[in-house]
Amino acid sequence: MAAAWSPRARGGRSLQRALARNSSLSLGACASVVTSHRAGLGLSRRGAGAPLQEGSGESPGSGQSRPGLLTSLRGGGWGISIKSERSLTEMCIQLGEFVLVEGENADQPFVAKLLKLYEDGSQEKHAVVQWFSRITELPLNKRKLLQREVSPQEIFLDKAPGYDTDINVETIIKNVKVIPLAPKEAVPVRSNGKQIFFVKESWDGKCFKPLSPGSLSELKEAEKNKRVGSPSPLTDCQTSDFICSLKAETDRVTRSTVKTKNVQMEIESRHSASKSSLSKERHSQRVANGINTPGARKKLQLNSPTKSRNKLTGCDVLELLGDDCDALEPLEPSATRRKVTFTEILGSPPKISRTNGESDSPLTIRGDWSKLAETVRIVPYRRSQASSLKAKNLDGKDDDTWHLNGRNEEEETEERARESRKTTKQAATSKSNSKSDTNLAEEQELKTRSPVVIPRSHRKCVQKTTARIAEQLHFLNISEQDREDDYLPSTDCSDSSSSEEEESMVPCTPKRKMRSSTTLSTPKSLRKPSDITPAKTPRKTPEPRTPKTPRNATPRIPIRNQATEKPANVLEEARLRLHVSTIPGSLPCREEEFQDIYNFVESKLIDGTGGCMYISGVPGTGKTATVHEVIRCLQQAAENDELPSFQFIEINGMKLTDPHQAYVQILQLLTGQKVTATHAAELLAKLFSTPGPKRKTTVLIVDELDLLWTRKQDVMYNLFDWPTQKQAKLIILAIANTMDLPERIMMNRVASRLGLTRMSFQPYTYKQLQQIISSRLNHIKAFEEDAIQLVSRKVAALSGDARRCLDICRRSTEICEFSSQKSASGLVSMAHVMKAIDEMFSSPYINSIRNASLHEQMFLKAIIAEFRRSGLEEATVQQIYHQHVALCRIEGLQIPTVSEIMAICSRLGACRFLLLESNNKYLHVRVRLNISQDDVMYALKQE
Amino acid sequence: MSKRKSKETSSVNGECISQVQRILRERFCHQCPNGKLFGVQLQYKHLLELLKRTTIHGESNSALIIGPRGSGKTTLLNHVLKELMEIKQVRENLLQVHLNGLLQTNDKIALKEITRQLQMENVVGDKVFGSFAENLAFLLDALKKGDRDSSCPVLFILDEFDLFVHHKNQTLLYNLFDISQSAQTPVTVIGLTCRQDILELLEKRVKSRFSHRQIYLMNSFDFKQYLRIFKEQLYLPAEFLYKPFIQKWNKNVQSLSEDRTVQDLLQNHFHCSKDLRSLHMLLMLALSSITVSHPFMTGSDLLEASRLCRMDSKANIVHGLSVLEICLIIAMKHLNDVYEGEPFNFQMVYNEFQKFIQRKAHSMYNFEKPVVMKAFEHLLQLELIKPIEGLPVRAQREYLLMKLLLDNNQIMDALQVYPNCPTDVKQWATSSLSWL
Repeated sequence: MAAAWSPRARGGRSLQRALARNSSLSLGACASVVTSHRAGLGLSRRGAGAPLQEGSGESPGSGQSRPGLLTSLRGGGWGISIKSERSLTEMCIQLGEFVLVEGENADQPFVAKLLKLYEDGSQEKHAVVQWFSRITELPLNKRKLLQREVSPQEIFLDKAPGYDTDINVETIIKNVKVIPLAPKEAVPVRSNGKQIFFVKESWDGKCFKPLSPGSLSELKEAEKNKRVGSPSPLTDCQTSDFICSLKAETDRVTRSTVKTKNVQMEIESRHSASKSSLSKERHSQRVANGINTPGARKKLQLNSPTKSRNKLTGCDVLELLGDDCDALEPLEPSATRRKVTFTEILGSPPKISRTNGESDSPLTIRGDWSKLAETVRIVPYRRSQASSLKAKNLDGKDDDTWHLNGRNEEEETEERARESRKTTKQAATSKSNSKSDTNLAEEQELKTRSPVVIPRSHRKCVQKTTARIAEQLHFLNISEQDREDDYLPSTDCSDSSSSEEEESMVPCTPKRKMRSSTTLSTPKSLRKPSDITPAKTPRKTPEPRTPKTPRNATPRIPIRNQATEKPANVLEEARLRLHVSTIPGSLPCREEEFQDIYNFVESKLIDGTGGCMYISGVPGTGKTATVHEVIRCLQQAAENDELPSFQFIEINGMKLTDPHQAYVQILQLLTGQKVTATHAAELLAKLFSTPGPKRKTTVLIVDELDLLWTRKQDVMYNLFDWPTQKQAKLIILAIANTMDLPERIMMNRVASRLGLTRMSFQPYTYKQLQQIISSRLNHIKAFEEDAIQLVSRKVAALSGDARRCLDICRRSTEICEFSSQKSASGLVSMAHVMKAIDEMFSSPYINSIRNASLHEQMFLKAIIAEFRRSGLEEATVQQIYHQHVALCRIEGLQIPTVSEIMAICSRLGACRFLLLESNNKYLHVRVRLNISQDDVMYALKQE
Repeated sequence: MSKRKSKETSSVNGECISQVQRILRERFCHQCPNGKLFGVQLQYKHLLELLKRTTIHGESNSALIIGPRGSGKTTLLNHVLKELMEIKQVRENLLQVHLNGLLQTNDKIALKEITRQLQMENVVGDKVFGSFAENLAFLLDALKKGDRDSSCPVLFILDEFDLFVHHKNQTLLYNLFDISQSAQTPVTVIGLTCRQDILELLEKRVKSRFSHRQIYLMNSFDFKQYLRIFKEQLYLPAEFLYKPFIQKWNKNVQSLSEDRTVQDLLQNHFHCSKDLRSLHMLLMLALSSITVSHPFMTGSDLLEASRLCRMDSKANIVHGLSVLEICLIIAMKHLNDVYEGEPFNFQMVYNEFQKFIQRKAHSMYNFEKPVVMKAFEHLLQLELIKPIEGLPVRAQREYLLMKLLLDNNQIMDALQVYPNCPTDVKQWATSSLSWL
């Protein structure tokens, strides 16, 4: 389970994750990492003291503020505050923000946009959301419609009906960043952007459509709001965002204090990285920045009077940190929990001591941070060293920006730490304002300088492409031209390689700059604005990745070089159609059963409930085929919106190595997770027993049910218990051979849960078999009517197994083909069918006895003679040998030696004419006949 | 001069003889697909067409080749595969997986072997092989991905098919047959087995999925054909280097086959066992007597070879026993006669032996009991006698119950040829109960 992490694993984040997972292995290391983290933040709390009293009281001027519907609505009342039970952290989410909602797969929570909040009569808090779907949530067969590779970060605006958009607020995990993209934009590849999603197309249950301009702008608006709140280094939005009035900006800034956890998390990891990869020059810059920060901070305080977290105490900040760690590891709550406690225990002492010493400057904080970086981010440092200068530059930029955010966060924490202290702020405000002005000026200056700083691409074509891209952008953004000209780096400045992604990236660059300047005005990031442009380069450089685990690999048999030949004549065509594997257009003779099963599943689907059905029948009576047909029809209906959509999964007892593997397979088919059997059982039990939003009905086919039998019958019990849960929405179709399986092998409690909805498939009658063959042949004249009837009657008399019937027909076409020179009609006749039946059903014994050697036959005779003499059905070789010798004397044959007799005996034993004792008793080995004496006599008499 | 000439010819012969030996040994020992097939033309055609359809049309199939040991199942398959591989389309497309029930003793090993032979273990990645369950899921996934028209057909050859039947739940067989009956990667499953009751061993679901194609190999030739096979097996090929020698050798083979004694000998051999492997064994022994000075096979060579083939191994051991040990065996024989095959112990044998010494022996010493015990234990080690199972081993050695593993006929035959056997011992052996 512990994912293999390579030493090249990216960044402290993965390192921490790895550490957290292998807790036993690296407990010490983990602790140390966390401590350093804490130390850093503890320090930052005490950075510069700007009390926020007024700010907290003020409600922002935005008109979105709602009357407090939720008890937990805070401040302006336009969001919710979530208190995580795990970490006791509070987190604020505003309306219009994107959130992660608990899904069946802990790995992949649902993404949704928060639309509305309300409280119902029973004090339950509800939220109305607009769903987004990951590619993995879409039906497999529909994914093809996209006709392109979909990045795991890409999500689709889900307009498919049938999802409950009303969810329980408690299922919201946290907020998340979603960036809308125009249809032509490519999804930027982000190395660690697990918590950032891109939306580009919408999905309405049938097809993908590019986002309509309306919804796009709507999303963008939301995104804008949010992005200000959580400044991210990477922005991929439209240039339209650029023209924001200053007022709007301030507006955004006011809301900006609410931070998404994930961003913080990234900040932490990235931030540390920045330290290690920064050049000396940079370092000095940073020192300067550190000095500048107070100004920025003050500005922040000014602009964001609503402190959504203003009630957080210093302790809360710590908790927040813990929560960040949580966010790091949504996969393994247990592991993170452990980690969180670590943070608290190890982190608290330094915190206390530091708060006492007030005089720490931001500079020292920075020092701590860099120390932290050194401890945590050794690996990425190496990587950036190794990578090209471009990449390095890039990295630097990235890190820089993150760093900036980090700063911002630090500042906030500091502010919060200071909330209790009341200080006047007027002076500070003015100071910060002036500071920001200078910063802006500085920024401009830097921009003009930037082309010189950046290492240029040496490839002409690259320049050309970038030029073209710039042109395109130019064209696109004519309206914003005047504004953008200042920011948009000239073509020679963007030295990144030519890719389509560029298009999305280049325009964003200026915007980011702008935003950072407005929100934070930390000059540090502005120092090297040009660095932003080559942001693409690391995408090009092979990302150091942890080696792919086999799970993700899609195995496949090599493609054949030559195409298969098409059937050349009627017989070949018939043979193709008669192959069992061919899926017929319809299933004749199972209409009733089909209807019953269809009705059962349909009614359950419509009711949104669960249930079990037990289907029995001897092999080859079309159980699985019928059920699959039902599912096909239901899926068709669901596609046509006649039914609520459902998820279909199938397991087969014969395809499992162990009954308990059923859990693993079900979970994997449901959610794509791969865990051990016991864990899977727990997860499934949880999944089916808790109400989940966006839960579709699941139709589960359990084929070869009898093989899931265990001594405790826990697998069967669970399987049939889940559908009885109210929230499970699970329909189980269990298939097995024996009609009385529930009574015979199941305990009462299991059989009772299986219920009495049963169906049994009778063996086919000869008429039905005849119909099956005819419908398969579908008017191809390859068989004589009598021949078909003969096959059907023969098989119906023997077993009623349709597979057998088809196999015989197929074999008869072969026989017919080889003897077609002789027969005139070219059709498969009675004679061919007879021959095929003979081949398949005639007992091989008689024929092989007749072809045995003389002494072998004699030995069989001797056995019968001995049996007759002794009156027993068993004799030793010695006794038979005496009989054999006597027979040889009568026949006048050479008497075989004992060794030869033993050889004959073991040969016959190997063919299973005889049953032999399997020990080395030589002459005393006991022998029995495996065939009836009559058969032997019959076979031998003929000669 | 003449001496020199003869030396020259003999040197040519020496080279020649080693060539003959090499060619014929290869023919007898290897199941090489170059050799000829006898009497299986129908089966050959059936199998060839079956595999052709799999590879060319992508049709899934399953079949069993059933026949007694030495009937040429593997040879048949090798011949078919050799011919198939001459078709370019087949050569480039067909994937083969060879499994043997004696090697892949459970499904887990078999799955690993399949993955390896399909060269998919690199896809499995860093972890060379996962758990059994993972492996099965992986393989099924891989096979499910394919379809009739696009995927390479896979030929599964399961040697000693009957042993796969005993795997737990017959999971492997179920899955292979299931794939062969569903629209997935085209596969053909060929099982080789000598068990005639193989179908009864298949579980009902597995059996239903098996296509019931059975190709029987029966050794269904008569003695005339056998004689022809004998000649075919000995004839030197036309591309043999020493042309004049070919003619002489082949002529000799022809005359051998017409020789009355050789025919009798072959007839006896044929009566005993029809499979070609035993014929090969016979010819191999005869071939080893060919030397430079004895360049052509004779009837006596074959006779000697036949004698070696038919030799009774247990009785041969008796030839090397001491007189005392022979006496003990005779005593046991008498005990068997008296008590009708009931087991005996050392004390009983010793008493019997004492009676013989006291009453009848003229030339025998009376051995001490420990010496007799030693002889008795030697017989035990030679497995001429065997302790009865299921009895406590705690008992004193003298009283352990034993059974004689020799038949009376064997003992008498062995005594006939026993060198320097004292007459009184012989008499004692032949005497019935009358002397008591």
